[in-house]
Amino acid sequence: MSFSRGERMIFDNIDMDIVRGKVTAIMGPSGTGKTTLLKLIGGQLRPDAGTIHVDGENVHQLSQSALYKLRQRTMGMLFQSGALLTDLSVFDNVAFPLREHTALPESAIHHLVLLKLEAVGLRGARDLMPAELSGGMARRVALARAIALDPEMIMYDEPFTGQDPISMGVLVKLIHDMNHALGLTSVVVSHDVDETASISDYIYVISNGKVVQNGTPVDIKQSSSPWVRQFMGGLADGPVPFHFPAQPLMDDLLQGVKR
Amino acid sequence: MSTRNIEIIVGAFVVLAVLAMVMLSLKVSNLASYGDVGNVYEIRAEFENIGGLKERSPVSAGGVRVGKVADISYNNEQFTAVVTMQIDGDYRFPLDTSASILTAGLLGEQYVGLEPGGDEEYLEDGSEIELTQSALVLEQVIGQFLYSKAQEE
Amino acid sequence: MNGLANFLQAVGHRLLNRFSRIGRGSLFLWQCLLSLGYLLRRPRLLVAQLYSVGVQTLLIILVAGLFVGMVLALQAYIVLVDFGAEESISLMVSLSILRELGPVFTGLLFAGRAGSALTAEIGLMKSTEQLSGMEMMAVNPMKYIIAPRFLAGILSVPMLTAIFMAIAILGGFFVATEMLGIYEGVFWSQMQTKVDFYDDLINGMIKSVVFGFVVVWIAVFEGYDCVPTSEGLGQATTRTVVHGSLAVLGLDFILTALMFNV
Repeated sequence: MSFSRGERMIFDNIDMDIVRGKVTAIMGPSGTGKTTLLKLIGGQLRPDAGTIHVDGENVHQLSQSALYKLRQRTMGMLFQSGALLTDLSVFDNVAFPLREHTALPESAIHHLVLLKLEAVGLRGARDLMPAELSGGMARRVALARAIALDPEMIMYDEPFTGQDPISMGVLVKLIHDMNHALGLTSVVVSHDVDETASISDYIYVISNGKVVQNGTPVDIKQSSSPWVRQFMGGLADGPVPFHFPAQPLMDDLLQGVKR
Repeated sequence: MSTRNIEIIVGAFVVLAVLAMVMLSLKVSNLASYGDVGNVYEIRAEFENIGGLKERSPVSAGGVRVGKVADISYNNEQFTAVVTMQIDGDYRFPLDTSASILTAGLLGEQYVGLEPGGDEEYLEDGSEIELTQSALVLEQVIGQFLYSKAQEE
Repeated sequence: MNGLANFLQAVGHRLLNRFSRIGRGSLFLWQCLLSLGYLLRRPRLLVAQLYSVGVQTLLIILVAGLFVGMVLALQAYIVLVDFGAEESISLMVSLSILRELGPVFTGLLFAGRAGSALTAEIGLMKSTEQLSGMEMMAVNPMKYIIAPRFLAGILSVPMLTAIFMAIAILGGFFVATEMLGIYEGVFWSQMQTKVDFYDDLINGMIKSVVFGFVVVWIAVFEGYDCVPTSEGLGQATTRTVVHGSLAVLGLDFILTALMFNV
């Protein structure tokens, strides 16, 4: 599949398979369009060439109502900011997809919401408003909301970014446990190498619109590509240079101050 | 703010708006006078020139409003202007009533003034007034004045 | 020479951007209208927005209406008293309010108060990815967020205009009778014969519906289409107020020319 925005080619003829029931990580430097990839899978963006199939259906050939049905059935998404509806309480946020898409009575919804919140450990916070939550808590509520309709696949957009170690540990545990307990397919987009690698079954490393490497975490760590090793190891200098391209230092100093 | 409170307030808002509309319609505009639909009859009159007479212009007798102009059209065979008036059913006018187009005040709007005749029979729905006096057109008056002035000399 | 070529290129670029915006705006309007049916099943959403958009603009409408009516009465008196025609004060006030000032003032105030608030709210939802999140939860944000606000605007503006007109005339009545010594009976009777229900009041209300439609369309579209940064949001809000106000004034001219043919 290929996708470009303006003149920039974001994805150049990439080919990926996400395996059902497993945690697949998509990693790469910032700005390579990892969030864009999730939006392409979800049908919010259209590729310029190629196709994306979810559960056997070609996402971009569906009518709008069919697309919405597909999303409802198969996809849950956890946004980087949580994307909770700010004028609803935690409880109402998690109940939102249930109220919109099912005809369940309030008592049933009540039970379901509490169970989902229990799964992420925030049942006691159910009456708080999103503005009162910390970032990590907001993400957990968003996760509870994403699994409200028991989708087959959950996409995580940078779930670990900007979290303190404890919250990060909580999220890592939740993603892993959810996937295995509920038999979900998880797609984690991240550049937090260690955390993501610790729970992934399969990793795709993307750079400049192409898949640089793919394999199990063990394969990736032992990669023959120096760039991949720099990325995975968090090294300061390597194929991605430390210095932004510029003329030699001596020339710069000798030229003096430009007026 | 609970849902119930919001609904109550929105309801009050809508009621307020409706009251405002009612007040405007009845106290400010002439909607009340439109209400006399049941009890009117129509009569016609043909004029050479209706001047500035418009639809809904008043029709008065003795200075009192008795009806309004309902329709204005042009008779292309007689080459006259046909004015259709709706008269309040409470009033009757003799067959030989005359209709003139007059101006209220110096610069006021134009209206149809009815001058009752002496006939024993009365105008009914669909009758036509025979005696009519057209509006004074300023240019014609000035023209006549100048002409008569020139004649004197 | 190069500078001129660059300038023309920039102008052409801007012009194409304008066209593409207008195109997007029109498609947006179409989708919006299609989504209105949803509200029949979820009237609560509409009611909530009527409160947010309509009721909360009510205060400024009441205050503005009152003062506009009072000032108009004063000014009318000053002009008319020289002609000995001060009894026509109510006619002058009511015709001005019903035909022009009512719809236009309400439109402008609505654009500034409710329009900018709508743009900011929707723009904020866009930049915090709430709209995107809703889509992924298979809830159409057009139906759930946009359509209720759109319809609330179209319904609110005529209602607010009626209230503005009524309170303005009452304000004029107060000034005329208490301060200027006009008799109550004279005040109302002068109006009642000369102010036409269809030509003046209904035309004024038609204007208000048109203004409401255009202002809320601009407000909602600017929010939906904004650049999702804080700077972009500020620009979008400003554009709502400016474009909305200009649209009201421009349409007022067109409608007046059409309705009150001289």
